[in-house]
Amino acid sequence: MRTIEQYLPDHPFFEGLDAPTLALIAGCATNISLAAGEYLCHEGDAADHFFVVRRGRVAIEVHGPAAGTLVLDTADEGDVVGWSWLVPPYVSTFDARAAEASGVVAFDGACLRGKCDTDAHLGYELMKRVTQVMNGRLVAAQMRLLDLYGGPGATDASPR
Amino acid sequence: MPRLAEPTAVQPVESAMVPRLFRLVDRRQDTADTFTIMLEPNDGVPLAFIPGQFTMLSAFGVGEVPISVSGDAHVAGPLQHTVRDVGAVTHALARTAVGDVMGVRGPYGTGWDVADGHSRDVVFVGGGIGLAPLRPAVLEVLAHREDFGRVVLMYGARSPEELLFVDELKQWEDQGMEVLVTVDYGRESWQGRVGLVTKLIPRAGFDPRSTLALICGPEVMMRHTALALVGRGVRSSRIRVSLERNMRCGVGLCGHCQYRELFVCVDGPVLPYAQVTGLLGLREV
Repeated sequence: MRTIEQYLPDHPFFEGLDAPTLALIAGCATNISLAAGEYLCHEGDAADHFFVVRRGRVAIEVHGPAAGTLVLDTADEGDVVGWSWLVPPYVSTFDARAAEASGVVAFDGACLRGKCDTDAHLGYELMKRVTQVMNGRLVAAQMRLLDLYGGPGATDASPR
Repeated sequence: MPRLAEPTAVQPVESAMVPRLFRLVDRRQDTADTFTIMLEPNDGVPLAFIPGQFTMLSAFGVGEVPISVSGDAHVAGPLQHTVRDVGAVTHALARTAVGDVMGVRGPYGTGWDVADGHSRDVVFVGGGIGLAPLRPAVLEVLAHREDFGRVVLMYGARSPEELLFVDELKQWEDQGMEVLVTVDYGRESWQGRVGLVTKLIPRAGFDPRSTLALICGPEVMMRHTALALVGRGVRSSRIRVSLERNMRCGVGLCGHCQYRELFVCVDGPVLPYAQVTGLLGLREV
């Protein structure tokens, strides 16, 4: 398996970042292996990390009193999990659970936040990338609100 | 004096509007609200169709609905339709029992023309009940698997319980098709993917420069899927979509299914994405 330093330059999330910046980010990162069912974070926890899935699958979950546990999204190889580390008040808004044996790169968001505060260029670059992740999730949420695959609005005029 | 155009070989309107009688010989409940009916013609003459076409199914005394054929076009056997129970007619069809008789007109409309994908990669993208109209095309490709390059199915449904043809998906994988499935919501026990079907497109193994893509699902899903395929490099002229409109006559006379300049029942339902790109995003068309 490639080292984190070798892995980051090829990942779309880090595309375009120069070598010193990548080295700085890699310095805040650790490889983690997870057994199926293990949690990366829980809703309400301090959001001090974000993750890139290297293998396996991570389920993003929410809990409701009536609905129970609902998986809202899954992250597979290459997907980025977590943005709350960059958005005040830095609190996780969902649970993230390894749906199967998985490997992730965990980035120390608290450490990176400190560096972003002193390096506006780094902060802007990371904010742009995290915003893309957020935008993707927002669009997906909007699409799901439409209940595309046939909610109560379906009629005999469009039964397929 | 100008000559009158030669008459085209269409059925006389009178006979096109008269349903043939078919008998229900078997029925399968696919999901809580979706079922597949197997029909045999009372007159013994099979109904030939091409993948992608639809028929008008009648529940006598209730009405008619357009339903795509979901069975194998090249294997003798009952005519299959997979139907979602969403209104008066489909509800009446849902209540039919083996031996009951219903009316069938058609088949109507254009097909997927999968032969156009020979020697190339073929990508199917289905959303919800949209997998049913794709199934005859999938079966045709898998029956001639060696004629095609990589074959991929991306399938999205609302929940794991609403996935269609679950047992077949495994068989299709065994026959050399990459099958990627996702759902909108899953319970903790669901081990598969959750998310939009468009999220699968970057992960699927196909060469966008040499791909024929066939999409069937809700219009918004087809629009976003086509955009994502184009974003990956598939030419819009190589993408086909199956449109869904309120079809009544099936022969281009009544105008119920008019979609600006198109009559979906005769010009479609399968149309090149390049021809409808501008229409898919329009409101009130």
